Formats: sequence, C-alpha cells, structure tokens
Amino acid sequence: MKPPGRLPRSSLGSLILIATVIGCSAAAFAYTAGWLSPGRLTPDRMIAALTPPSGPPLGHRRNHAKGICFAGTFEANGNGVELSRAKVFAQGRYPVLGRFNLGTADPSAVDATVRVRGIGLQISAADGEEWRMALINPPVFAVATPDAFHDLLVAAGKKDPEAMKAFSHANPEFAAFAAWAKAAPWTASYAEEPYNSLNSFVFTNAKGDEHAVRWSLVPTAAPVPVAQADLEKLGPDFLEQDITARVQSAPQRWTMVTIVADPGDPTADPSRPWPENRRKVQVGTLVVERIEAERDGPCRDINFDPTVLPQGVRVSDDPFPAARSSVYRRSYDLRAAEARDYPRTEAAEP
Amino acid sequence: MTSAPHRFAPIQRLLHWLMAVCILVMLFVGVGMVSTVAPKYLPLIEIHKTLGLALLFLVLIRLALRLRFGAPPLPADLPPAVKLGARLSHLLLYGFMMIMPLLGLGMLWAAAYPVVLYGGIQVTALLPQSDGVHTLLWNAHVYLGLALFALVLLHLAAALFHALIRRDGVFATISPLPQRERMKPAE
Ligand code: HEM
Ligand code: HEM
Ligand code: HEM
Repeated sequence: MKPPGRLPRSSLGSLILIATVIGCSAAAFAYTAGWLSPGRLTPDRMIAALTPPSGPPLGHRRNHAKGICFAGTFEANGNGVELSRAKVFAQGRYPVLGRFNLGTADPSAVDATVRVRGIGLQISAADGEEWRMALINPPVFAVATPDAFHDLLVAAGKKDPEAMKAFSHANPEFAAFAAWAKAAPWTASYAEEPYNSLNSFVFTNAKGDEHAVRWSLVPTAAPVPVAQADLEKLGPDFLEQDITARVQSAPQRWTMVTIVADPGDPTADPSRPWPENRRKVQVGTLVVERIEAERDGPCRDINFDPTVLPQGVRVSDDPFPAARSSVYRRSYDLRAAEARDYPRTEAAEP
Repeated sequence: MTSAPHRFAPIQRLLHWLMAVCILVMLFVGVGMVSTVAPKYLPLIEIHKTLGLALLFLVLIRLALRLRFGAPPLPADLPPAVKLGARLSHLLLYGFMMIMPLLGLGMLWAAAYPVVLYGGIQVTALLPQSDGVHTLLWNAHVYLGLALFALVLLHLAAALFHALIRRDGVFATISPLPQRERMKPAE
C-alpha cells in the first residue's frame, strides 16, 4: 500500500490539517464547558454569590442552610385528580419526608434574624415515584429571573449601600418582596407559616388537559404576629424548639391549595402574583408527625430539587426550576463531599 | 477465526460511528449542562441520562460482536510499540464506554435521586444513599469524562494520521463507506 520511503509532499499540509481538527475540537469543548466564557452564569458562580464572606458552610446546604427534618403524611382528598394524574392526588395517604428551614447560608443563624422561612418536601407514591418541592413563606419571589437573583446576591453582599439602591432601580419587581419583608408580621413558629411554590408548573390530567398552576401549603394553626424584637428574646433556635414541642403534643397540618392560572397569567415570572380571584382547589393535607434533628436525620441527604416531578406534573415556562435544579445539584455535590465537616454525631464534632 | 478479517464487519463499523457520534454528544452535553442554569439544563440532563444508558447497552452488543468477528490486523510495518499503543488505547476506549454510564448511574443512586429517563422510564436504584460513594463516583465521572475526551482526541489524531499521512489502509478497516478498491469482499 504505502511505498516505503515515500513521504508524500502533502505530509506537512496533512499535519497542519490534523492539528487544526484537534485544536478546533478542543476549543469547541472548552467553549461548551464555559471555560472561555467567564461571563456565563454557571451554578458555580451562583454558589459563589451565595457564599458569605466568612466562607462556605462546609457540609451544609449552600442556601437555606439551617433546618430540621420531619416525617409525615400527605392525605390526598382526591380533588387533585381533576387537575393532574399525579398518583399522589388519588385519594389516599402518602409518606412524606421534609425539612423546615431558614433562607440563609449560615447554618447557625439566629432564628429571629432570618426573614424567609421554607419547607422542603418529598411525597412518595406507592410505586416509589417521587415528587419533591421546596417552598417559601413570601407571597412573591424577590426577582423575575435567575440572572436577577444572582445580581441581587451580589448587590446584597456589597458593603456599599448604593449597590442595593442601584439593584432595586434596575429590578423594580423587587419592591413587592421588599415591602413584604419590611411589613409582613413575623410569627414564632414554623407551624404558623404558609409555604408557597411561587414557581409555576403545568398539571396534566388523565384526559391530557393542561393547566398552569402554583400551589401553597396553608397552615391550620392560626398565625400569631410577634414583633421581631420579641423573637430575639426567644433564643437563637426557638423555631426548632417550638416545632419539636408542637409536633410532640399533636401532629401539625397544612392544607395544600392549588391555584389555577387563567390564560395570560404570568407563569414565567414568580415575582408577579396572580389575581386573588383565581380558581383554588384544595387537594389534600400535609400532616407533620415526627421531628428529627438534621445532623443524622432523613432529610439531610435529600436534595429537594423542584424538578423531581411525578407523571402529571411538569415544568412550565418559568425559568427558575431549571436554574434551581442545576444549582441545588452542585450544592449537593459540595456538601456531600464535605460530609466530614458536619459529623453525624454531635460528640464527634471537634 | 481461521483467516483474519480484512475490514471490521459492517455492523461493527456502523456501531463504531453511531457510538462515536453519541459519545461526542455525551461529552459536550455533559460539560455544557453542568455549566448552565438556563432552562435547557433540564432537557440536556434528560438526554445525558437516557443516551448514556442506551450507550451502555450498545457497548455490550459491540463487545459481543468484537469477540465474534474479531478485528483486522494492523499493518505489518507498524512498529511494535505503536501497535501496542493502538491496542491499549482501544482497550481503554472500551473500558471508558463501559464505566462512564455505570459511574453516572451509581452517582445518582448514591445521592438518592430518582433516575427518570426520557419518556418517564424509572430506573430502580441498586445502591443506597451514601455521601462517600457519591463523592467517589462523582469525581470519577467528572475526571474520567475529561480523560475520555482527551483519549478521543488522540484516537482521532491517530486515525487521521493513518488516513492522511501513512495511508496504510487502517482507516479503511473502519470507514463507514463501502470500499471502492480491489478485491471487494462480500458485504
Ligand atoms: C435561582 C434562584 C435560586 C437559587 C440559586 C437557590 C439556591 C438554593 C440552594 C443552593 C439551596 C440548597 C440546596 C441543597 O443543597 O439541597 C436552596 C434551598 C432551598 N431553596 Fe432555593 N434557590 C433559588 C430559588 C428558590 C425559590 C424560587 C424558592 C421557593 C419558592 C426556593 C426555596 C428553597 C428552599 C425551601 C430550600 C431548602 C430546601 C431544603 O430544605 O433542602 N429557592 N436554594
Ligand atoms: C468518540 C469516539 C470514538 C470511540 C469511543 C472510538 C472507539 C474505537 C474503538 C474501541 C476502536 C477499536 C475497535 C476494535 O479493535 O474493536 C476503534 C477503532 C477505530 N476508530 Fe474509533 N472511536 C471513536 C471515534 C473515532 C473517530 C472520530 C475516528 C476517525 C476520524 C475513528 C477512527 C477509528 C479507526 C480508523 C479505527 C480502526 C483501528 C484499527 O483498525 O484497529 N474513531 N475506535
Ligand atoms: C458514555 C457515557 C457518559 C459520558 C461520556 C458522560 C460524560 C459526562 C461529562 C463529561 C460530564 C461533565 C462533568 C463535569 O465537567 O463536571 C458529566 C456529568 C454528569 N453525568 Fe455523565 N456521562 C455519561 C453517562 C452518564 C449516565 C448514564 C448518567 C446517568 C444516568 C450520567 C449522569 C451525569 C450527571 C448527573 C452529571 C452531572 C454531575 C454533577 O456535576 O453533579 N452520565 N457526564
């Protein structure tokens, strides 16, 4: 085939061609990986923006770092079947694993200093199919897009007070959340808070009809407003002490209410509420039956990724669930790798 | 095998190119999805999981075919060290094609994520949640993924070297095109 000794004159050209092909492939790969685009909003950059100046909360969630586990039941009343063919909407009782938490990157934050309270939830159908969600107590989200959330974290992390002013100016939707944060009453219990999906999803029923929805967990415990100054007197961990005591004396309940969008409602923007008069369907009750410490509790190693959805529920045009999924995954990767920094037994702590 | 084949069997060639394209897609989708928070993250990771597991089945078929049909010999004038390098690199490529999907799957199991593929297919978990196992498999998946890309580049360079510079017929053994030249084997 190859006459020995004859190196074709085109060899040099061929070598250059080969080098070009390899070089271009490597460059395309580096570009895809974002190595050439420091401006791209990556999960790592989002996590860097969440990280407090004192350093990352090693072994803990990169946001909503302080929390406590619970176990319970979702009691479906069957009304949800009309909206979604999710198995856990069929009348019945489904096991729940969850976590009450505070919207802070500091796992030892003082409870009275954190405005946003949240809940992580995993509902399992009989065949093991899971539905995970992470909901918070404000009625609207702070910003309209994941990019704006990054800008907010960066602005809030700056010492310069002008930074937040500039941010609010550039993101006028922030005003509604800021007003809630300033004026909404505080309560002394996780059990007295509502928890809202804020993000929109699409429910599909057995006939294939689709509805854009949001949902809320509405507490059956009546909220008792308490001044923030009085909460401070309750000690740094009063929320965990309170919920432990309450659940010990009786299971705590929330009604799950699905809010159905009308055509044209803003589904892609969690900073915009839907009109009050939208159709609401009570689909069941969350019953919290047992509280467990996070350190060695069942919620510790769960990522309440809001895109873990059952058949019958899917993401909508809301860009947040995808962004959250990507960032929560990275947060999970990191905290799992740092498990040694958050020992499962208190005694082992240095 | 009494007489060594002259080219890879057509089904082997087909699988080689089909899988080559898919593995390149896997590598690009892999590094692309972990560096974005855009809505495309969700379809990308679904493709990554589904295609990755499909490739696991394909490589098993491919190995069975390799054992059945063998491979054509490398040119006699290739230095022994280069032959060894070629054999080792092909062995490594097979190894990567087997291990990468298993690492990806195991990593998700060890993080207690439900593995749901395109079309809602659920894959039952065979590993319990474990921080240590997750971290090990995650690191392996990430670094071996990058190593696989480097090896694919080397393999590509070698293939082009055979095709354009040595012109020794090695490329023709796996070329997706039917052979034009002499002694056309029955295909
Ligand atoms: C792009 C916007 C957001 C980012 C970057 C973000 C980031 C994070 C991160 C890194 C975690 C820790 C995840 C883990 O390690 O498991 C987390 C947890 C959480 N997030 Fe978000 N988040 C965003 C939007 C939201 C929204 C819109 C909500 C609610 C409607 C929300 C509610 C929660 C809750 C309740 C948790 C705690 C879940 C748990 O207990 O594990 N987040 N968030
Ligand atoms: C992602 C990609 C790829 C993988 C995983 C891969 C894998 C392999 C493997 C395992 C073999 C050995 C077959 C055997 O001996 O059973 C092989 C052979 C070969 N591949 Fe690839 N390949 C890839 C891409 C490519 C590309 C892009 C080219 C060329 C441009 C190429 C050209 C060749 C050639 C010429 C052979 C034949 C070597 C011989 O005759 O021994 N491959 N490939
Ligand atoms: C041929 C098979 C596969 C290849 C070549 C491959 C390659 C890759 C690459 C290059 C990355 C990016 C790593 C990084 O830069 O961080 C990645 C990430 C990932 N892969 Fe794969 N993969 C394969 C199969 C699978 C399978 C079958 C699954 C699951 C069923 C899977 C799940 C994942 C996940 C979840 C990530 C994100 C890891 C993280 O950062 O948390 N992969 N893969």
